[in-house]
Amino acid sequence: MSKTFYTTTIPGNGHWSLEVRRGTFMKITDLEGGANVGMLFYNPRNLLERYNAPDTLKCQHTFKLQHGNCLYSDMGRIFASITEDYSANGKGNWHDTVCGNSNAEQITAQFGKRDYQKDRNNWLQNGSDAFLVELAKYGLGRADMASNLNWFSKVIADDNGNIKLDTQNQVAGNSVTLRFEMDTLVLLHACPHPLNRAENYPFKSVQIELGEADPVSDDDYCKNFRPENQRGFQNNALYYLAAK
Amino acid sequence: MMVNDMSLIESTLQPENSTARHYVAAGDYFLGEIKQGQTFRIVDLEGNQAADVLFYNAKDPSERYSAMDTIRNQKNLYLSAGTKLISNANRELLEIVADTCGRHDTLGGACATESNTVRYSLEKRCMHACRDSWMLAIGEHPEFGISKRDITHNINFFMNVPVTSEGGLTFEDGISAPGKYVELKAKMDIVMLISNCPQLNNPCNGYNPTPIEVLVWN
Repeated sequence: MSKTFYTTTIPGNGHWSLEVRRGTFMKITDLEGGANVGMLFYNPRNLLERYNAPDTLKCQHTFKLQHGNCLYSDMGRIFASITEDYSANGKGNWHDTVCGNSNAEQITAQFGKRDYQKDRNNWLQNGSDAFLVELAKYGLGRADMASNLNWFSKVIADDNGNIKLDTQNQVAGNSVTLRFEMDTLVLLHACPHPLNRAENYPFKSVQIELGEADPVSDDDYCKNFRPENQRGFQNNALYYLAAK
Repeated sequence: MMVNDMSLIESTLQPENSTARHYVAAGDYFLGEIKQGQTFRIVDLEGNQAADVLFYNAKDPSERYSAMDTIRNQKNLYLSAGTKLISNANRELLEIVADTCGRHDTLGGACATESNTVRYSLEKRCMHACRDSWMLAIGEHPEFGISKRDITHNINFFMNVPVTSEGGLTFEDGISAPGKYVELKAKMDIVMLISNCPQLNNPCNGYNPTPIEVLVWN
């Protein structure tokens, strides 16, 4: 991942969407510690094909997402692979994909009402509305909002299924790199994780770098991480047979 | 995996007083409306069956059961008696009011022919799957206004998918048994779409898909 061609910063209440071509990498860096990045994927050729969290988790027998995991569409194909997952304190990253987003009611109750006139672009945006804004730009709506990724947010469960956000290793410098295996419409926001119990709205900005990824080799870590991922890559190859 | 016995709640409703009974064979679907205030029961007739279920606001199917909002709201991954099923508009659709099984899954999603190619083999793409049952249901019943974009993360009643403290996800043999049931009360007029799971490749049905029954009380 040597050829970075674009770098930007998304403020900790911001949202963005962009189409990335297969073979592109996206590196996301937590600049201050404690960031959360909500993310959804759609196939720009057929927007009905979208990221599917349950399929992603069950086919890799995992609840957490880490280096090596692939991110699946509901059509058995891989949107992106987690090719790097850097933990600045060495304790390892762990990313959530089951808790969804903060919403307006929750943000209002916890931090106060979203008020552009008072706060301007430091307003208290919530993840659900951030996605609704980006979805609408592509003719999509709340029916299309699937369970999203929450990068950098470690959600742990006890034996009875009670969950909480473990923030102790969410430190500045953590980064995760995605290699896109399909042309992908990416929607993202940097709003707080819904289980974040901070007293004040956590404005935690992230850096996003885009560049040209190295080609996928036969011994690629993600492709060989599980036999299911090998079959996912086969489905991608089949999809692009006609497009070559 | 330990299941908290306190979550087992038996119903006092009697089948002979029900207003409707629907037998759903293995591999078939059920699509129908439940009115606000009605209570319904899904019975695992022969045991170890998985019922893959989606719920919609009957007046607007873009409002639907949301696994992530339900999980976030109760801060717990599993569904059992007392669980409020939350919509993507952050409203309560239903509540689980009785449950003799103890735990139901909402992380594992439904089987699809496409995900089956990833999980098992590319050559298993033509085996029947839950999502195909849902697709047939919405294709045969356009009057419900449900399309593919509304088909999303579901509940797997009677399925046991424990998460470990290390972040693993395991598909365990069902904790259900013949006659076990779950009962829900509708908090608004809802549409229920069930796929009675046809999966033959994993233990969610004990490799033997069997019928379920839906009973409704006013």
